[in-house]
Amino acid sequence: MKLGIYPGCSLTGSARDYNESVFAIAKACDIQLEQVPDWNCCGATAAHNMNKELSLSLPARILAQAEKAGLTDIVIPCAACYSRLMVTQHELNNDPVLKNRISEIIEMDFKGTTNILNVVQMIDLYVSPVLKEKIVKNFSHKVACYYGCLMVRPYKVLQYDQHEDPQGMDNVIRLLGGTAIDWGYKVECCGAGLTMSKTEIVGMLSGKIVKDAARRGAQAIVVACPMCHSNLDMRRPAINEYIGEKMDIPVIYITQAIGLALGIDEKTLGLQRHFVPVKMAEYIPPVPESKKQKAKEPTNTI
Amino acid sequence: MSSASNHEIHVDNSLSGLILKHTEVPVQKCYQCGKCSAGCPVVSEMDYPPSLILRMLQTGLPEMEEKVLRSYSIWLCLSCEQCISRCPMEIDIPKMMDYLRQVSYKKKMVNPRAKNIVRFHKAFLDSIRTTGRLSEFGLTVDYKLRSLKMMQDLTLVPSMISRGKLGFIPEMIKGTKEMAKIFAKTTGLKSEEEK
Repeated sequence: MKLGIYPGCSLTGSARDYNESVFAIAKACDIQLEQVPDWNCCGATAAHNMNKELSLSLPARILAQAEKAGLTDIVIPCAACYSRLMVTQHELNNDPVLKNRISEIIEMDFKGTTNILNVVQMIDLYVSPVLKEKIVKNFSHKVACYYGCLMVRPYKVLQYDQHEDPQGMDNVIRLLGGTAIDWGYKVECCGAGLTMSKTEIVGMLSGKIVKDAARRGAQAIVVACPMCHSNLDMRRPAINEYIGEKMDIPVIYITQAIGLALGIDEKTLGLQRHFVPVKMAEYIPPVPESKKQKAKEPTNTI
Repeated sequence: MSSASNHEIHVDNSLSGLILKHTEVPVQKCYQCGKCSAGCPVVSEMDYPPSLILRMLQTGLPEMEEKVLRSYSIWLCLSCEQCISRCPMEIDIPKMMDYLRQVSYKKKMVNPRAKNIVRFHKAFLDSIRTTGRLSEFGLTVDYKLRSLKMMQDLTLVPSMISRGKLGFIPEMIKGTKEMAKIFAKTTGLKSEEEK
């Protein structure tokens, strides 16, 4: 199974752990990930705040590069990149004049035919079906799945999951043998792009998220976005300051949760790179042989 | 005149007219239910909540429009898209905010409290203009120089390095010339070649 991938800049730097775990589970499930050749930055918040044409041209170049390389399906692990590329493809496909203008700017053909997947869609399509046979230890934890903004919004464009109460990651956690809690901050914003320019606001927004997850007894927060991860993990000092106590709830990527259940070692999954120490493996009891059959069947799938 | 009185949607020279023309966002359709402000994660930090921004634009009064363009709110908006997902009239507020920011910046009306947000965006774009990809290290140094917030996050550096999360050498893409052209065409900034 071959699939294109657009990693985005974070995955080469502050979110190397995410990158490592995406590739690790892909390898375990026989998915060949091929990078979009010579990809560039999607422009993120900075581009669409400052310049509309630039904010469409940068993602358009990436998509055109994927088209040129014959990558019909690409997965975008970063939720922010995913949203930018989806919005660009949507806007250009709905406005032929703008599409021509942007094609001229990037001096490339842009067809707008790429099938863009977020990481959970990739998991649903290619990982979940083989999960049952590959799980070696159940991920038997109580976790809070945090989707943030850009994986589910703008809903009209993305049309992915339920935008107020998404279930994609929750279902994956249940398949792994874990429990996904009901909580209030699933799709609230972590502060994203203000992480450096307004750190105190990020402390407040991310603080509310961490506090609610911990108060409801989650053992970890599960994310699928490098921005969410760095705000909830790396910005923990600002969060602790906002809450007024030290919070030790770890933040892990959904791909790391899968990796742990597949028996991939923590280093390969990049768990040692987190700021808030992750000790999930210690809690996980191995599945006894007698119960292995039972564990294969998810018990509480909705 | 005041198009708010009859809720007609038409393009005129008011700011709301320009918004409609450039973004197709119908400001006049807002009937002030306040859902956007209720769900906005940063409303407590804003000078005007999103629904009030819409109301101010609806009046079409130049002094109100100036207040909007000089507001802190438009820069604080995170584009989290919560408002649009809940708006009963499907008014794309984040798209409108993008446009307002761009006008505010072009007209040099950026709110003083938002200066660092703009500095960050500019440092970000400069970083990708030259290399094609974002160098988080380069961005951090550049932003610090621009904002003079030298000490902020300094303690993070050693721990980021030990975790392998900070790359010092920027990744260069092959298409740096293409990138320079894209920037030149969209921002009017000349590429190195043209200089």
